[in-house]
Amino acid sequence: MLELRGLSKHFGGVKAVDELDITVREGEIFGLIGPNGSGKSTTINLICGVYKETAGTVTFRGTLMSGKPPHQRLRAGIARTFQNIRLFPDLTVWQNLWVAQNSPQDISSQSFLTRWFGANRRTRKEIAELLEFADLEHKRNELASNLAFGEQRRLEFARAAAARPKLLLLDEPAAGMNRQEVGDLSERIRRMRDSGMTILLVEHVMELVMDVTEQIAVLNFGQKIASGTPSEVQRNTAVQEAYLGTSASDTSGG
Amino acid sequence: MSYYLGLVQLIGIHTLLGLSAYVLMLTGQLSLGQAGFFAIGAYSAGILTVIFELPIFPALLVAAVIAAFFAFVVGFPALRVKGLMLVVATIAFGESVRLFFFNLSWRVPRGGIEVGPDSTNGFREIRYFVANGWSAWEITIFVWVFVILIMAVLWWMDRSRAGAVLRAVGEDELAAQSVGINLTAVKVAAMTAGGFIAGIGGGLYAHTATYVDHLTFTVLLATFAISYPILGGLTSVFGTLIAVIFIQGILVEGLRFLGDWRNIVFGLLIIVAMNVKPFGLFDARTTRFLKRAVGLGGRGKSDA
Repeated sequence: MLELRGLSKHFGGVKAVDELDITVREGEIFGLIGPNGSGKSTTINLICGVYKETAGTVTFRGTLMSGKPPHQRLRAGIARTFQNIRLFPDLTVWQNLWVAQNSPQDISSQSFLTRWFGANRRTRKEIAELLEFADLEHKRNELASNLAFGEQRRLEFARAAAARPKLLLLDEPAAGMNRQEVGDLSERIRRMRDSGMTILLVEHVMELVMDVTEQIAVLNFGQKIASGTPSEVQRNTAVQEAYLGTSASDTSGG
Repeated sequence: MSYYLGLVQLIGIHTLLGLSAYVLMLTGQLSLGQAGFFAIGAYSAGILTVIFELPIFPALLVAAVIAAFFAFVVGFPALRVKGLMLVVATIAFGESVRLFFFNLSWRVPRGGIEVGPDSTNGFREIRYFVANGWSAWEITIFVWVFVILIMAVLWWMDRSRAGAVLRAVGEDELAAQSVGINLTAVKVAAMTAGGFIAGIGGGLYAHTATYVDHLTFTVLLATFAISYPILGGLTSVFGTLIAVIFIQGILVEGLRFLGDWRNIVFGLLIIVAMNVKPFGLFDARTTRFLKRAVGLGGRGKSDA
């Protein structure tokens, strides 16, 4: 579904991402982990077109994405969330989901005037479903900036899901969450996968990664140093040294 | 009486000028080029009624379309830059337009006299209203029909998805493009709409004043254009109207009886207002907008 081939991003002399090869298969929950500054977020920004790659290619469902701007990649089916939540703070919860109605179906099934100046029944129904998914029905008219942290995170998930993406990139969704919230998050990620999305999860919280992912790639200094299933990666000595510390007995600490 | 009607007309026209900046500000862009589009509207409408002898209504519409066209064309390169750089780029555009009209001489005989833009001497014969016997009341109503119509359309647009999208772009461009919004299309559309509105305002101005020259369209006018929505807030179009009434009606005209003391009191009032209500004149949304527009928002472009 998603193929990164020789993907590189250099900022001056810094090789943030270097010759990265990753394949994510359809229906998978794929984990991308690595220490701080290892190039995970840069990889996400390359996949969704915020950064322009120095070399290499991003191919999504057989189509070359390189050179396409972010909004076109979204319409092709790649959505994302942000490490530091980026909602539209002065818009209401409902409006945050409304502006995100940009799936190809939304565009093709509505006239220009309906799409921009009206809100037909189908749009309203879709937004109601998203609100239900995010447990935010009771807050639909609140400004996004007035939501609690966990609610903002859920709204951001729902906003990403609004475009009905095929691939969802989650950039450290568990940052700042407690244990119970992380458990809730695992469940939510599985639900999104079961509804037909492939998930690429960038995460520091090992508990979540080991719990939810099926395949993992480990980055260090912009290069892939290991890949495999969670248990394979946990046993890999290069990973233990680079990322989990030289003493490898405890992998659940995050 | 005609003095007050003139003031009411001016308030309407400046409201249009402010609204042209308001639309663009919703997308987070601060433009000091609105005086340029206003000038294009003024000269175009004047040329159309004076030289081409069109009636006022089609002349205004064509002038607005011309101004919108220039806004559209300028929009693509100008919106590649942001914040203070956009301010500088749009000042340059506004000044280019002003200097173009400073040099434009297009004199043709109509009704036994030479009429048309006369470079440094200005464009003096925009007498459509006088020639057709319009009363001051009729002119005032005519101006305000446009003001109310445009305010109503913008009010409605603000509450539609289009308005939410403009605001989304203004609040966070990276998030906006990540949810599938085409930034260039949205910004250029806002710029074009702003050009259209400024064009109508300019056309109305030229005909109510009967005389324009390049000095009407300096950076000072562009500063007024952005100060109305900044003062009135970005919550709704009515903020801009109230700010125009406050600045033009109360500060500029209301203090005229003070003679030479007016400018001093004008400045004092602004200082007092800023001290008494440091955030009172601005709503929270506008304050955040200003921080983002000049690049002090503290939000980096990347998460990495």
